[in-house]
Amino acid sequence: MQRIGPIIVMLIAIVLVWYGAAIGMNAPWQNDVYRRGEVTNVPATQFIYDTWNQEKPVLPTAHQVFGEVWNSTVLVAPNKPRSLIFHAWVTFSATGLGFLMGSLLGIGLAVLIVHNEAMNRSLMPWIVASQTIPILALAPLIVVIGFNIFTGTLGIPTDPARLMSKAIISAYLSFFPVAVGMVKGLRSPETIQLDLMHTYYASPNQTFWKLRWPAAMPYLFTSLKVGVAASLVGAIVGELPTGAVAGLGARLLAGSYYSQTIQIWAALVAASMLAALLVIAVGIVERLVNRAMGARPA
Amino acid sequence: MGSSAVVSAQNLGLTFKTNDGDVVALSDVNLSIDKGEFVSFIGPSGCGKTTFLRTIADLEQPTSGKLTINGQTPGNARKDRAYGYVFQAPALYPWRTIEKNVALPLEIMGYSAAQQAERIARTTALVNLSGFEQKYPWQLSGGMQQRASIARALAFDADLLLMDEPFGALDEIVRDHLNSELLKLWAATKKTICFVTHSIPEAVYLSTKIVVMSPRPGRVTDVIESDLPAERPLDIRETPEFLAIAARVRDGLRAGHSYDGDHV
Repeated sequence: MQRIGPIIVMLIAIVLVWYGAAIGMNAPWQNDVYRRGEVTNVPATQFIYDTWNQEKPVLPTAHQVFGEVWNSTVLVAPNKPRSLIFHAWVTFSATGLGFLMGSLLGIGLAVLIVHNEAMNRSLMPWIVASQTIPILALAPLIVVIGFNIFTGTLGIPTDPARLMSKAIISAYLSFFPVAVGMVKGLRSPETIQLDLMHTYYASPNQTFWKLRWPAAMPYLFTSLKVGVAASLVGAIVGELPTGAVAGLGARLLAGSYYSQTIQIWAALVAASMLAALLVIAVGIVERLVNRAMGARPA
Repeated sequence: MGSSAVVSAQNLGLTFKTNDGDVVALSDVNLSIDKGEFVSFIGPSGCGKTTFLRTIADLEQPTSGKLTINGQTPGNARKDRAYGYVFQAPALYPWRTIEKNVALPLEIMGYSAAQQAERIARTTALVNLSGFEQKYPWQLSGGMQQRASIARALAFDADLLLMDEPFGALDEIVRDHLNSELLKLWAATKKTICFVTHSIPEAVYLSTKIVVMSPRPGRVTDVIESDLPAERPLDIRETPEFLAIAARVRDGLRAGHSYDGDHV
């Protein structure tokens, strides 16, 4: 109870601020509506009720957003384009594929960097530089050019091609934290632990699998949690510039075209829930690995 | 002596190149260690005793002179897995149980599962850790962790055991206990042991030979053959024979090193 208390207080505070702000932000439009309808002497309670229930409010209220989430998940078959689950799945598949590619790339780069000083010097600046380019500038390039290469030269059907293009953007964002974290992790064994391997005349392979790799696990999972969230951002960004019709990003874009603010917010809620689920999933795997590796219970 | 020696150093020197100039860690060290000896290296910090041990282990490369282990170069001796090394810290891998930590060198050296099981059982019993095989290092006290690291060094049956201040981080009660256990272990296994320490009583209590070293440059100032009996109860440390050897060690340390700091 002691732990839930503050959370509930915080939640109530957020809802109060939210609904308070909704009154102020939606009031101009509501006044307009009254003026055009020549409605006068609206009671304050009616006014507030109306600002909380507009069709295209500047700031939708919580019950509108979660009502929309409910309507477009539970009340719609998940294979219909009206369903948020359908869109979330499209985004999730690109996120998952991109996360997998990015993680493997990040780990691979870290292994090269740790084992080879020349690689360290030549790769690391490029890895850092890669993240200074705004992904919003790069995403349309990757999506348009990548899509054309996949469908044209490689002859891949449009749907997998679209998935791959988005996954590449996901991977581009997620490889960085994994690479940086794993470089640190693979270098984390102490001199004394490396000396021990040396006295056994262990091969570089043995030193890697029996010392560096297990020592890097805590670093790996910290990076993966950052990486999986970055992957989701990448997939959503990848859905924005293409006129894509499916995915949470496409849903956001469509909502903004038609001023469907409630729809935008519902998609945002879906995206954040997806992000939370992904991070939780990585956390569960981390706990399982920790248990298998005999970590001291926290 | 000569070719029968387990460790033989002739005019051995090691100079570290640093940004502040050269540091002479070892200078003109001549030493011969025979099979079955228990040799302690004692001296103040910076006298090169750990460096000498690491040179035997091929963890440092000498810059002059000659060093052989069983008549071979240190590099070849390491390839032959001629020695087990016990570090100042246990250096157990935290993700491995005690059993798996002891198995680490055996896995690397390609022992079969059956051989591993037999050796784990034998060496954990030797260091009195039977029953703790399934524990993780954090579940054990510091003394038990260091005993596990000794079991790990014994597991592959190297005849030479190199120990670098293995009990330095432990309190005196645990240290006394482990010292007497180490003597029993030495008697049971007939290994050659090189033991680095800061402690005069520890060196005298354990050794058949005490090498006194001094810093700047690191060199051997005295080699004392101990005539104490092989059977050594802890209270041997109050006997006149013991105290005489301890006094000679202390003299050797004083002669080789100015504690006033006027040489610095």
